[in-house]
Amino acid sequence: MSKEGVNPRRRRLLAITSGLGVVGTAFAVTPFILSMFPSARAKAAGAPVEVDISNIEPGQLLTVEWRGKPVWILRRTPEMLKSLHDVDPHLADPKSKVVDQQPAYARNEARSIKPEILVMVGICTHLGCSPDKRLDAGTASGLGDDWKGGFFCPCHGSKFDLAGRVYKNVPAPTNLEVPPHAYLSDTRIVIGADKKGAA
Amino acid sequence: MQTLLAWIDERFPLTKVWKEHLAEYYAPKNFNFWYYFGSLALLVLVMQIVTGIFLTMHYKPDTALAFASVEYIMRDVDWGWLIRYMHSTGASFFFIVVYLHMFRALLYGSYQKPRELIWLIGVVIFVALMAEAFTGYLLPWGNMSYWGAQVIISLFDAIPVVGPTLSEWLRGDFVVSDATLNRFFAFHVSAIPLILVALVFVHIVALHKVGSNNPDGVEIKKKKGPDGIPLDGIPFHPYYTVKDIVGVTVFLMLFAAVMFFAPELWGWFLEPDNFVPANNLLTPPEIVPLWYFTPYYSILRASVYNFFWIDAKIWGVIFMWLSILLFFFIPWLDRSPVKSIRYRGGKYKTALAIFVVSFIVLGYLGTKSPEVVSFFWVKNVYWVQAFTVLYFAFFFLMPWYTKYDKTKPVPERVTG
Repeated sequence: MSKEGVNPRRRRLLAITSGLGVVGTAFAVTPFILSMFPSARAKAAGAPVEVDISNIEPGQLLTVEWRGKPVWILRRTPEMLKSLHDVDPHLADPKSKVVDQQPAYARNEARSIKPEILVMVGICTHLGCSPDKRLDAGTASGLGDDWKGGFFCPCHGSKFDLAGRVYKNVPAPTNLEVPPHAYLSDTRIVIGADKKGAA
Repeated sequence: MQTLLAWIDERFPLTKVWKEHLAEYYAPKNFNFWYYFGSLALLVLVMQIVTGIFLTMHYKPDTALAFASVEYIMRDVDWGWLIRYMHSTGASFFFIVVYLHMFRALLYGSYQKPRELIWLIGVVIFVALMAEAFTGYLLPWGNMSYWGAQVIISLFDAIPVVGPTLSEWLRGDFVVSDATLNRFFAFHVSAIPLILVALVFVHIVALHKVGSNNPDGVEIKKKKGPDGIPLDGIPFHPYYTVKDIVGVTVFLMLFAAVMFFAPELWGWFLEPDNFVPANNLLTPPEIVPLWYFTPYYSILRASVYNFFWIDAKIWGVIFMWLSILLFFFIPWLDRSPVKSIRYRGGKYKTALAIFVVSFIVLGYLGTKSPEVVSFFWVKNVYWVQAFTVLYFAFFFLMPWYTKYDKTKPVPERVTG
């Protein structure tokens, strides 16, 4: 570019004005971008939910809704709890080392506060499908006779055990999420809040 | 009439545009079957916009009303079923036509110099079209709409650090919800169509600047007559307008056959699971996108191993985006001195054939569960992995097989 006939002062002013114009545009665009985040109403709708668990029989699973997601409450039988030991070598993260996937009080082998009651978000950590419940062990599950019971995601074939721990060499990267929850009494739990407050 | 035209021409270049782009736009005289699909794509775009406008008059972008409003269009609105089936059939035909249009470019090297920009704009159109199809698919608020959107938005979750925030921003909520439906409606009926129309305009402007390629891959502008007109060129109007009308007629016959007799095309154009309203607690037994996305969907789920300290999930997402983005690089990956497949050697022909087969097989397997056996005693997931490798080989090995291919001499002028 030829510099002939260019007034350096005007050129400098032009650069400053353009620069300010860019900053101004960035400010003007910001409200539009921010308007697309979850609104106050959407945030409020994420309030904790209370569930009565007294009617769940051993081996039975109850699905409730929290923040539009399915949350599973499973009352595990002693056999189901025993199976958690047996599958350990086949799991990617048997000790729940990925901290984000459960609150500290659920970071144990059964991934729960009380061993028999499992509370878990029923959304696959791969791409967000809701896995199938294949709770019964053996061939009837359709997953072979060495299946110990758990969850199978039909979308991309990820497998989880009865504590939502992910198997090795499946697409899902981490264990299913245990939401914050707490016992209000022996038969009532709250999902989405715990002793530290609402999530 | 003449005075009116003269009056307009003084104020707007009407006659000039007519001549430059139609009556005196010289296209190679040897266009064949494969050259129908550009004009057909334009036709489908217009059909989708027109039917879309009429659907918008009755559709309600609200999670409580959306599913019922589509059924209302189907049952209570006069001719509503026709307009809706035209739109849903048009969506699949759009992809058929665009895939064949892209295949034409691969056959005749239409992306090579000086047409790289036409190709790049074309790939952007393709990506915009995928966004248009994806946002449109959520609108009926069927169960497959809901879970399909859930899965695709989760793809953004896989991006390190910003992923979860980005996907919340896209959904406007913690899950796919009313906010998501409402904004997808805005994207589908206004933002993306505007972008598409603008891109198509630019695509044609770029094409008319350099001129059309042809099945021989010969530059007709190199041999001009004393009048400055390419010797192998014929005016687009009336010659190709008439030819394209023949294509349009045959196309509309096929289109009408599907629209009237098999609008669902046995689940290929409209999925059975989408005739059930969205249920956020129950995933359909098998989440499958419509056929035009299944090759990439297969590639997404091909990845089941963690390697290089990166999760299998993130690899799947990377491979899927890569499988689409690689199209952008074709003009520079192709090192062949000739354009058309007519003068290329066996290496390119084999590579292209393998690519087409991989694309079709991946597309088919994308509709099947990875855990079952579809052919020859081997689980689908392994077939998908094998064909994913072949799919990528087409791109990554292109600099070599095109460079060392045995080419034939290209004639000076176009042949028959």
